Amino acid sequence: MNNLSDLEKIINSELNTKIKSSKINHQQIYLSIENGNLIEVLLFLKNNSKTKFKQLIDITAVDYPENERRFKLVYLLLSHEFNSRVLIDFFISENEIVSSLTSIYPSSNWMEREVFDMYGIKFKDHPDLRRILTDYGFEGHPLRKDFPLTGHNEVRYSENDKKVVYEPVKLEQNYRNFDYESPWEGTKYIKNQTKK
Amino acid sequence: MPKEKKTLNLNFGPQHPAAHGVLRLILELDGEIVEHADPHIGLLHRGTEKLIENKTYLQALPYFDRLDYVAPMNQEHAFALAIEKILDIEVPIRAQFIRVMFCEIGRILSHILNITTQALDVGALTPSLWGFEERETLMTFYERVSGSRLHANYFRAGGVHQDLPRGLDEDIANFCQKFPKVIDDLETLLTDNRIFKQRNVDIGIVTKQDALDYSFSGVMLRGSGIPWDLRKAQPYECYNQFDFKIPIGKNGDCYDRYLCRIEEMRESVKIINQCLAQMPSGPIKTLDGKISPPPKKELKQSMEALIHHFKLFTEGYRVKKDEIYISVEAPKGEFGVYLISDGSNKPYKCKIRAPGFSHLQAMDYLIKGHMLADVPAVLGSMDVVFGEIDR
Repeated sequence: MNNLSDLEKIINSELNTKIKSSKINHQQIYLSIENGNLIEVLLFLKNNSKTKFKQLIDITAVDYPENERRFKLVYLLLSHEFNSRVLIDFFISENEIVSSLTSIYPSSNWMEREVFDMYGIKFKDHPDLRRILTDYGFEGHPLRKDFPLTGHNEVRYSENDKKVVYEPVKLEQNYRNFDYESPWEGTKYIKNQTKK
Repeated sequence: MPKEKKTLNLNFGPQHPAAHGVLRLILELDGEIVEHADPHIGLLHRGTEKLIENKTYLQALPYFDRLDYVAPMNQEHAFALAIEKILDIEVPIRAQFIRVMFCEIGRILSHILNITTQALDVGALTPSLWGFEERETLMTFYERVSGSRLHANYFRAGGVHQDLPRGLDEDIANFCQKFPKVIDDLETLLTDNRIFKQRNVDIGIVTKQDALDYSFSGVMLRGSGIPWDLRKAQPYECYNQFDFKIPIGKNGDCYDRYLCRIEEMRESVKIINQCLAQMPSGPIKTLDGKISPPPKKELKQSMEALIHHFKLFTEGYRVKKDEIYISVEAPKGEFGVYLISDGSNKPYKCKIRAPGFSHLQAMDYLIKGHMLADVPAVLGSMDVVFGEIDR
């Protein structure tokens, strides 16, 4: 994988204005682009004879709730021919819509459905944008940082109704998030109690 | 006037012995021909990625056993490698050999299960009885080294949890001597079996182009004639020190994928034998006290060791801010971990790339135009395990 920097140069010179920044780290190329340029960049990377990123490995998102543009979308591509990998990312705000890749990479269908399910990001021109991993009739998007770890509903079999019923989560003991990073000062809730 | 077409909707699963787990497959049938398949997954969704975000790096590791629970250590390997790459830890050579050895044992575990259950799906009972006996032996190796048969929790960032117990290497060598005979026996039952061939040859053909388009990896890709194996293409750990071959299929049908798996098991045995023959001595985890706990003996005498031990098992180690994608060649294909660390003791984001997810996605394309009876055969040859697909 010696020609990685050459590959980076080719991508940068061919797509100059569309690449915001690029770097090489851990033997992979990291590209930052803008949401609007996604299709063009991927079409180039897939079809150009010098890149040939024929396989889409995965699509995922990362949630940064404190950012104005909250989500970072990440696309991972692999080129068998040149034995190289590239990561493409861009930031979007909560209500922004991303173009679907289903016409370029058929495998993006389920990956986009998963991102939609987990983060609530919508994809334009997706043929079948349904939830995929969560339950039928599930509400909320579990991988957002503001979604509680315990969720909202729990299920059990009700002997009276003779069916599975949904109920709000009841915990015998609250989930405790220990603050291990400063064990000597005590956890925050104890500090608050002692102040009173 | 065109004749009005009547299709029948059939629910396959969620509880069906040939679904290899909890898969609900909604099939649209025209007579016995499948027109459309819509897999509903997520019945085993446990929110692994969310849980990992709330655990320290050490606590997150066991979740990887529970993904593809047929070959647990291969998953742990990806996560351990990701942390090691970010922290730039050098893994002692003995630990690398042990990890490679157990990854190959995992590959055999997974392939035995897949081959025999695929045979079971198309009507052959005996292979599973023979195969599971060998799996049991392999799982005792898991148990002896880690304490549990399935959810091993054995790999660590920087090495492995503990050294091989006395006598284990001899027993593994014994197994490797006998096992090729078992593969031969399995082959006498299946490879030239008329029924097995009728059910698998020319069923579920994947062309090279489609294998790329649908993000296939592992045997699904090699069965279609694309020579791609991460152990060779992007050697991680010490795979470049071993001599092994990558079997490749020709026609891309279910039968070729079966043959690939049989040959891969033979290659895995070769790798294990080489591991045992060349196994170096030395430490089995990094000596950096900030990452791996000190030996028990030192805890009684050394203050520093005690502090390290305490800090590691309360706060855990911190991983500097970085972003990485690491993939390994798991038995089922490319298993990847996309890890974002933010400098704290917990991962900020950990996306798990499961090979089965993309394979199952292609179900509709693979099964279109086939008979209903081919559904289990195609599903079996895809080697799906719902632990990793639903996560």
